[in-house]
Amino acid sequence: MATLWFVLVLFMLVMYVLLDGFDLGAGAIHVFVAKTDAERRMVLKAIGPVWDGNEVWLIAAGGTLFFSFPVLYASSFSGFYLPLMIVLWLLMIRGIAIELRSHLKHPMWATFWDAAFFVSSALLAVFLGAAAGNVIRGVPLDASGYFFEPLWTTFDPASPTPGILDWYTVLVGLLALAILVTHGANYLALKTEGALNARARRLALGGWGATLALTVPVTLSTFWLRPEMWGNFARAPWGAIFPLAAILGLIGMGVCLRRRREQGALVSSGAYMAGMMASSAFALYPRVLPAVDPAHDLTIHNAATSPYGMAVGLVWWSIGMVLAAIYFVFIYRLFRGKVSSEDGPY
Amino acid sequence: MDDPTLVARWQFGFTILYHYLFPQLTMGLALLILILKSIYLRKRDERWNRSARFWGKIFAVNFVMGVVTGIPMEFQFGTNWAKFSVFAGGIIAQTLAMEGAFAFFLESAFLGLFLFGERRFGQRLHWFSALMVWLGTWASGYFIIATNAWMQHPVGYRSTPGGGVALADYWAVLLNPWIPAQYMHAMGGALLTGACVMSAVGAFYLLSHKHEAYGRIFVKVGVIAGLVASVFQLYPSGDWSGVQVSAKQPIKLAAMEGLFQTERGAGIAILGQPDMKAQRLDNPLVVPNALSFLTYRAWSAEIKGLDAFPRDQWPSSVPMLYYSYHIMVGLGTIMIAVMGLSGLLLWRRRLYQARWLLWGLMLMAPFPYIANSAGWMTAELGRQPWLVYGLLRTVDGASPTVSSGSIWFTLLGFAGMYAVMGMLFVLLVLREIAHGPEIGPAGPESALGVSA
Repeated sequence: MATLWFVLVLFMLVMYVLLDGFDLGAGAIHVFVAKTDAERRMVLKAIGPVWDGNEVWLIAAGGTLFFSFPVLYASSFSGFYLPLMIVLWLLMIRGIAIELRSHLKHPMWATFWDAAFFVSSALLAVFLGAAAGNVIRGVPLDASGYFFEPLWTTFDPASPTPGILDWYTVLVGLLALAILVTHGANYLALKTEGALNARARRLALGGWGATLALTVPVTLSTFWLRPEMWGNFARAPWGAIFPLAAILGLIGMGVCLRRRREQGALVSSGAYMAGMMASSAFALYPRVLPAVDPAHDLTIHNAATSPYGMAVGLVWWSIGMVLAAIYFVFIYRLFRGKVSSEDGPY
Repeated sequence: MDDPTLVARWQFGFTILYHYLFPQLTMGLALLILILKSIYLRKRDERWNRSARFWGKIFAVNFVMGVVTGIPMEFQFGTNWAKFSVFAGGIIAQTLAMEGAFAFFLESAFLGLFLFGERRFGQRLHWFSALMVWLGTWASGYFIIATNAWMQHPVGYRSTPGGGVALADYWAVLLNPWIPAQYMHAMGGALLTGACVMSAVGAFYLLSHKHEAYGRIFVKVGVIAGLVASVFQLYPSGDWSGVQVSAKQPIKLAAMEGLFQTERGAGIAILGQPDMKAQRLDNPLVVPNALSFLTYRAWSAEIKGLDAFPRDQWPSSVPMLYYSYHIMVGLGTIMIAVMGLSGLLLWRRRLYQARWLLWGLMLMAPFPYIANSAGWMTAELGRQPWLVYGLLRTVDGASPTVSSGSIWFTLLGFAGMYAVMGMLFVLLVLREIAHGPEIGPAGPESALGVSA
């Protein structure tokens, strides 16, 4: 049962990254792909009806994590106190920027919120990646299951008192930025036409190259830092499908971008992200938060809630997800197709 | 000042009080917008549709503020209250996660449709999305009240060997007997906020002779809804909440009422300042026997005072609790009076000319906000010193590894950010009100133009 919830929480996090990922990415590049005010409004219109729903996946994933693995939630959220608060502030600035930009027709107002939207989106991408890097590298958990990580210490990931930022987590953060930018560019290419579409496709190609270039050192340094992450792949070779999905996504994206298959490119960047996240989770399992000292690892066994709680959760969670899937299919179908400049707000 | 628990409490209190300014309006407005939209579909009078669209814009800005200020609430359970999260996360996070799964997805999906879809998808779907948004916001309220109800009145749990609690009966938590009274009172308060804001804007239009046709609509809908909601807050929902507190949390009741000594035939203090040293109310103005009657329906029933309980079980700030409660009740009474009088004049068709009363309606806009905040403080200060009533003390719930310095840092960060956000918010809403409902292209073919 705990294993199932491990998979379900991962599923929600992957959904968050796939969905909010493209509007995050769009935010991180909109100042480059959209030059005029009209073009920037097109970007906002492409994500306007859906970004809020996308972000709900993060909130829902947080809630799901909280009740299925309360010990993990408490330990990681208090341990990552400072970076999480910064993530919070960035999420807030970003939400406000998207919604308030169009309320005043003044160039300074628009410029200010464009900058806020850009900075918060780009930093969020880096921070989310660095967070993943921290979970992979391990944190200084003590015997009571708690820790506190400062923002940085010596920038050495192998140190016994690592900080949130070291060269490894920053590297993962940059990879996250690269792929989210690519994902966002793929989405904008799919949703727009004309000059905006051309610039988005060019940026997607550049982002694809950066992703490719960063994937190699990140993967190598991961196994160098945590050689035990090979273990699960050696024990259960079927797990190779996850990294394979990521590699296929990467190759497919290159092919689709060259052939101007916008939908295929978006699916491919999604496959890459889902594959990378699933590979990491597969390699970590049954650990949910590895410790610098392996004796203090948080695993699905010592962090999970009661079996009864997990069982009833499964019932309502399934109903809730079916409903959410219906809404999402419904809304994305209604708003499918390219956005045009004439109708609607923004 | 160096006590992490205390600073964490301030931070939670501050962020949740600020957060609740927004959902209380959106929960109320969601219902009022649905009403406006329904009347439009019946009458096919474009003014009602423009009214729905106008309030939809105000709703949208409030909704975003509610969402962004709501995210910290979920985070803070883990960041600031880690031991509480370990202790009770298996239970309270069930209802929190259900809010995400059942309310947030619904709200966010259909709000997008409501704001962007009128022109493309027609009136019926627009009405339907308004209905779904209303259901979503009220479902959201339910799950939050259910979460809080478990902290006020824990049920459906069993103790675990590790010293925590585990879920034992899911339906008991979801159907906690604490929920109905509290939920009704909270939703009634939200509707009252929506109604007061709507009638205040309407009164402003009538007083300033701008958009007068809309002013009349807003005043009419706002006053009718406000009258229903304000009376509902007194009876049955407020009365029921009071009886519930007296039965399950008698210390809270004694502190709320400023009742230091146990009394038969206890009265209700209208005025008076709690004197913690002398353990009495200074300058009391008391309605004799009223408290006994309201609590037990018997004029001479005995009510336990604070002296009946050990000092370490008293709420940590009796005066703050006392004043919160009295502010809520006092403002509630004023709102019933103003709404009642306005309802009477509306019925006699004299309200739109009664400028003095329109002034009253306009200036009353902040009252429900203050009353709802005070009501929340009454419920929560009264729960102290417990984090989970009777099970976990607040001092035992904070994060063990987070220093008070870190919490100060983030508290100041929130304060600065919320100050800027608040100014922008007020600026935008006032601008929206100044523009009025007539801005934007007419007819069902126009979308709810946020930038129109």
